[in-house]
Amino acid sequence: MQELIVTPEAQGEPMPGAAFEPAIVAFVCNWCTYTAADLAGTSRMVQSPNVRLVRMMCTGMVDPKYIIKALLGGADAVLISGCHPGDCHYINGNYKARRRVKLLMEILPRFGIDSRRIKLTWVGASEGNEFAATVNSFAAEIKELGPIDTRRLPLL
Amino acid sequence: MPSRIGVYVCHCGTNIAGRVDSEGVARHASGLKNVAVARDYKFMCSDPGQDMIIKDIREMGLTRVVVASCSPRLHEKTFQKACQRGGLNPFLFQMTCIREHCSWVVADPAEATAKAKTLVAAAVSRVNEHEELYSRVEAVHPDVLVVGGGIAGIQAALDIARSGHKVHMVERGPSIGGHMTQFDKTFPTLDCAACISTPKMVAVAQEPNINLMTMSEVVEVKGYVGNYTARIRTKPRYINQDRCTGCGLCMEKCPKSVPSEFEEGLGKRKAVHRNSPQSVPNTPVIDPASCIYLVKGKCGACKQNCPSDAIDFEQQESFLDVQVGTIVLATGFDILDPTPLSQYGFGRYPEVYTGLQFERLNNAVGPTGGKIRMKNGEAPESVAIIHCVGSRDKNQHEYCSRVCCMYALKYDHLIKDKVGHHARVYNFYIDMRCFGKGYEEFYRRVQEEGVTFIRGRPAEVTDQARSEDEQGKLVVVAEDTLLGRPVRVAVDMVVLCTAMQARKDASEVARVFGVSCGQDGFFLEEHPKLGPVSTATDGIFLAGTCQGPKDIPDAVAHASGGAGQALSLAARGEVSISPTVSWINPDICIGCKMCVGLCAYSAIEFDERRRVCVINEAMCKGCGSCAGHCPSGAAQIRHFNEKQVFAELEGLTQRIVPVRQPAAADLT
Ligand SMILES: Cc1cc2nc3c(=O)[nH]c(=O)nc-3n(C[C@H](O)[C@H](O)[C@H](O)COP(=O)(O)OP(=O)(O)OC[C@H]3O[C@@H](n4cnc5c(N)ncnc54)[C@H](O)[C@@H]3O)c2cc1C
Ligand code: SF4
Ligand code: SF4
Ligand code: FES
Repeated sequence: MQELIVTPEAQGEPMPGAAFEPAIVAFVCNWCTYTAADLAGTSRMVQSPNVRLVRMMCTGMVDPKYIIKALLGGADAVLISGCHPGDCHYINGNYKARRRVKLLMEILPRFGIDSRRIKLTWVGASEGNEFAATVNSFAAEIKELGPIDTRRLPLL
Repeated sequence: MPSRIGVYVCHCGTNIAGRVDSEGVARHASGLKNVAVARDYKFMCSDPGQDMIIKDIREMGLTRVVVASCSPRLHEKTFQKACQRGGLNPFLFQMTCIREHCSWVVADPAEATAKAKTLVAAAVSRVNEHEELYSRVEAVHPDVLVVGGGIAGIQAALDIARSGHKVHMVERGPSIGGHMTQFDKTFPTLDCAACISTPKMVAVAQEPNINLMTMSEVVEVKGYVGNYTARIRTKPRYINQDRCTGCGLCMEKCPKSVPSEFEEGLGKRKAVHRNSPQSVPNTPVIDPASCIYLVKGKCGACKQNCPSDAIDFEQQESFLDVQVGTIVLATGFDILDPTPLSQYGFGRYPEVYTGLQFERLNNAVGPTGGKIRMKNGEAPESVAIIHCVGSRDKNQHEYCSRVCCMYALKYDHLIKDKVGHHARVYNFYIDMRCFGKGYEEFYRRVQEEGVTFIRGRPAEVTDQARSEDEQGKLVVVAEDTLLGRPVRVAVDMVVLCTAMQARKDASEVARVFGVSCGQDGFFLEEHPKLGPVSTATDGIFLAGTCQGPKDIPDAVAHASGGAGQALSLAARGEVSISPTVSWINPDICIGCKMCVGLCAYSAIEFDERRRVCVINEAMCKGCGSCAGHCPSGAAQIRHFNEKQVFAELEGLTQRIVPVRQPAAADLT
């Protein structure tokens, strides 16, 4: 039987020719998207295992450093998702996130990172189906795009 | 000193272990840095599960704990408390979700197990960086704000006031009572609506602990659980409530008539008007849009005739700030406007009515004095009642409105009772849903009264006659899905059971209070099953149909639940407030003041002397807007600081790869 292991701790060699499985980090706010992810789970909506959540209190908390750190640390893409405009639990944290992500998307390509590797969405607490669909479509897009090659980035 | 971490992987019966190899995940965790012990167990949240953690903390000297199980939104507090019982600060704990985000959604067991390992690795990596934090205890203001004065708001306000706590009750309309005051009878007991609602409304007016504010709305809410300040705007009534005796002479003398909203457009009201003689308060109100004096500056008939000199055209909008500890929202529902569903002919054919209009036709103080009459003054010989208009309909509302079947049965009975047994009544239904106490019995009783039930959603209501019998009638065209054949039923009157829906301003109101709306538009409860009255915002509770369609008994029970929750906070008198707020390191802050403008709660001030920014912890909500932007990295959210997030990322970004099984010998 074939087992899946997590590296780098795991020993053993990757199977040659194994399909590319991207690592995608999602910064999601506790009040909307994290709740939606719970709902998607409770409703057993099958999702790509490539996306792993980091629970934040609000998208306004997501320092652009975190996104860069994730990308340089081995994530192939980063999803940021929070409450719909106007619905932020902290009034307007999501607007701040929107501004920061937009700037980041302009800057990162200059350092050789495709802006498609960053995605910002709004998924409300009751939108479990929307969450699952976002996860699956983003994972598919990144599989298409291929692995990030941080070693070749001029940044390092 | 390196931390000693205990990792606990739950099976959740088979919910997790059915797909994720919980034992394997624990084995993997035991090899991670600083992990002193890793175990798996059937139900971590059970007493033996928690005891396992407590015992390990005490006996093995654990300094950090990680639990991998369900969503932290369910059990984070449970395990934090267990840590605390074991003598560990509850913030030296991290929970990761391998059920909702893993075993329930990842189809392949190997992939699910690998994902669970990654999530556990991230939690272990993060927990190393956790710091001890201490919750702050704050006093809870004993007063409660109730918003909306329908039957739900009334119930909540009375429950709270009778416990000795003061209630500020804010009602947008001129009277409390809500939709219930429009009805004549209520299902299934056929109690007269006014007979059961009036005493409650009067009790509100007489309760010394209730400060009733009508014509009022909450425009702004500041603060946090235990310490809310609500700004209330009161519109002018143009009649001095203290002077008015409710004699109604003004309404008699007023020369201006307009269609009445309360009568659902079926009757008229004066410019100075009152819903009913039972209104609470019973002071009429002058509508500035139709009052001749307020529009044109002349008339004043009411003022000349008022024996108490209560008319006051100078009244202005006013504002009041109230301090409360908790808030109960009871803003109710709207009914769907069936005009866009043009197949039913509402607005086109005068004899097509909504449910609320039909209630008014039955009401003793309604436009027909309680007689069921058509516009020509005659009693209908035949009536069609169309269920589920806009409910259970993909194009309108997917949900069931939960009351229409029952009020349709109520109408069946009322027609037979008031018009006579000869009157023919046809129900067009999809399914009959009579689930409440005494409801099925009522259904049976109405069936025995000789009412016809046709299963099928009508395609249209038309006045195009195809036969002699249909001349001058409304024809309901449907398919009887039980017999599988088309039917045409000619009737004198059609009643549409229109859907209950969220108030049209629900999302704006939600914003004022910082709660959310669900996909159906109603206010979103904290948990669909276990938290149906609380919201994600601490100290704000829901009551009645603002949370979803309900009949009166359910709305009242829900309201008592909301009142109980508000009271338990108010009675306790204190609440512990999370310490996960922001902190600015004065040694790093460069005094750029960037954060000051970003904080939506004005929690940051610039200290001129030290030339750094300082956070007022009582006002900070921990949103992290400041920390997310601080160019020097001085602003950090406790429990979500840079080190902690970086550590979590290090665990998460490990790649999942299929590997060749190492030879058995390697495993030892
Ligand atoms: C046609 C029809 C017939 C029915 N018949 C029956 C029956 O026979 N038996 C039965 O059990 N149930 C019946 N129901 C259901 C019943 O109407 C509801 O269960 C009940 O009225 C719900 O009460 P509520 O207080 O939640 O809402 P509402 O009655 O809607 O009251 C809400 C109140 O809040 C006020 N408000 C709204 N927004 C604000 C705001 N922003 N600020 C301040 N105040 C605000 C409104 O003015 C209103 O007074 C029927 C429903 C319909 C549509
Ligand atoms: S001023 Fe005239 S129109 Fe206005 S409420 Fe009084 S009587 Fe009616
Ligand atoms: S975290 Fe920062 S921005 Fe948010 S409320 Fe606290 S001080 Fe204001
Ligand atoms: S709380 Fe969800 S985006 Fe701010």
